[in-house]
Amino acid sequence: MSVRDNSIDLTARQQAQADAAARQVTEPQSLVVRFPASEPLRLDSGREIAPLTIAYQTYGTLNADKSNAILICHALTGDQHVANDHPVTGKGGWWATLVGPGKPVDTDRFFVICANILGGCMGSTGPASVNPATGRPYGVEFPVITIGDMVKAQARLVDYLGIDQLFSVIGGSMGGMQVLQWCARYKERVLTAMPIATAPWHTAQNIAFHEVGRQAVMADPDWQGGAYYGTNARPARGLAVARMAAHITYLSEKALQDKFGRGLQNRDQHSFSFDADFKIESYLRHQGSTFVDRFDANSYLYITRAMDYFDLEAEYGKLANAFTGTKTQFCVVSFTSDWLYPTRDNKEIVKALNGVAANVSFVEIESDKGHDAFLLDEEVFFATVRGFLNAAAKKRGIA
Amino acid sequence: MSESPGHSAQDSIADRPVRADHRLIAEMVAPGSRVLDVGCGDGALLELLISEKTVDGRGVEISRDNVNACVARGLSVIQGDADQDLSGYPDKAFDYVVLSLTIQATRQPKVVLENLLRIGRRAIVSFPNFGHWKIRTALLFTGRMPRTPNLPETWFDSQDSHLCTIKDFSDLVTILDAEVEDAVAFNSRGQRLAIKNSLSLQNLLGEKAVFLLAPRDQR
Repeated sequence: MSVRDNSIDLTARQQAQADAAARQVTEPQSLVVRFPASEPLRLDSGREIAPLTIAYQTYGTLNADKSNAILICHALTGDQHVANDHPVTGKGGWWATLVGPGKPVDTDRFFVICANILGGCMGSTGPASVNPATGRPYGVEFPVITIGDMVKAQARLVDYLGIDQLFSVIGGSMGGMQVLQWCARYKERVLTAMPIATAPWHTAQNIAFHEVGRQAVMADPDWQGGAYYGTNARPARGLAVARMAAHITYLSEKALQDKFGRGLQNRDQHSFSFDADFKIESYLRHQGSTFVDRFDANSYLYITRAMDYFDLEAEYGKLANAFTGTKTQFCVVSFTSDWLYPTRDNKEIVKALNGVAANVSFVEIESDKGHDAFLLDEEVFFATVRGFLNAAAKKRGIA
Repeated sequence: MSESPGHSAQDSIADRPVRADHRLIAEMVAPGSRVLDVGCGDGALLELLISEKTVDGRGVEISRDNVNACVARGLSVIQGDADQDLSGYPDKAFDYVVLSLTIQATRQPKVVLENLLRIGRRAIVSFPNFGHWKIRTALLFTGRMPRTPNLPETWFDSQDSHLCTIKDFSDLVTILDAEVEDAVAFNSRGQRLAIKNSLSLQNLLGEKAVFLLAPRDQR
């Protein structure tokens, strides 16, 4: 038996899905706004992106005085398809439990916007997009971006939609970093903000896990220095390993133990091989192989880099300085078993906000589901979101 | 729009009677001021202060359920506790910092009170008075830790690890070099005792007390 048999292979169906995902880069099944080359996006690195495309989804209706807009910021591997079925996988929206008619983020009441981030692979400009200078996909020619750059691109979209002030900016994980960046850079434009399961900076451990993922991608010979577009190969195995490693950080030890323990997969004894004997191995391989069907490896490299560079304290000298003079009403949420962005990190945000006398609430939600809890059906979390938004909407006079 | 849980919670609290010590505290707070309520529970005092004194109110509360209830009613409340989460606030961040019926349950009452006096231009502290005559006589005649309607729990269930008398509290205020601007003793029905100048009598007859304190450097 060869070792190759135990690595992750793609079926024909998966290849078809991957092709469908690749088509989202150029022909996204969502709303799109294109900013011409004459309106470049100037990046934190000093480089520029032009032209700029932003693919986005909206739900609900913008009211007459444009006061009911909520921007949702998605996480590392999320996209703009918050509350509709995913065009590639066919699965329900990643936050469909939270966002929708009558849901805590009630689309009967609010106008909800979510844009694929800059550097993403679901239609917004990213490394798989065509580099106007060469006529070929950017690959590693794509400039390194930051969370600040993502937010700047979102602000372009919000401008384009004619919205001055967002009623709320909401996001978990990397989405929460964008929320914080919004509140730091565009203070007047954010009435309320919900940074969820996030951190004001990436720690050494956060960077370490990301570096393992990037190295896995780059060690895959099919990565080809990032120029795999248009070839028959793509670094699916490397990206799958990256996803497997990252996925462990999204779950709590207890959740892993409870769900899988030492359970064996479709067998009653060890195979004395490198097959996926254990349920947890099988689960991670599945997570890895389904991920590569819908995600671009270079996007993964660029987005994880942007997260690693994120450090609001370094940007503003002192974390509290990022929020000086803010009038935004904050609700920070963390989850007890989240060890990726633990309560400790979220409390740093709260402390900084208190330091500038900001209006802040902080709720730690009891959950054993780890970092992923923010994406799951957590009743208390939903009640918090609903209550916070309702109270603020009442104050703002949103019907 | 359907009736949300947030709204129903708001209605129910508005219907509840106002707690006696809350009424006394509200009388001490100047309208339009900035108030931090440490140990704010379900937010009843904050709502009272916001509606009657139009304060800019914030809360700190240890119980998750209470924090959620507060946030759902539009209050700005942080989950945390008086022992650990006051150090992050800057000096003089609030006009008043309120600690109502909580100091006896903190691990380090002295540090907590120091923080209150640092964060606030005024501190308002209410606490059950362990010097009340019923407690004194209960201990004298039963030889056991007194249990009263005010302090109903057994010694092993109670969170109140630092019970004190009005005189004890007054001593701590002296140690911290703070000024007592007002001290009110009241009975369980929330009736203010008409004793102003005798600490000994207040200590004997008051079931609870509210102190309005100011750090010396404020005068």
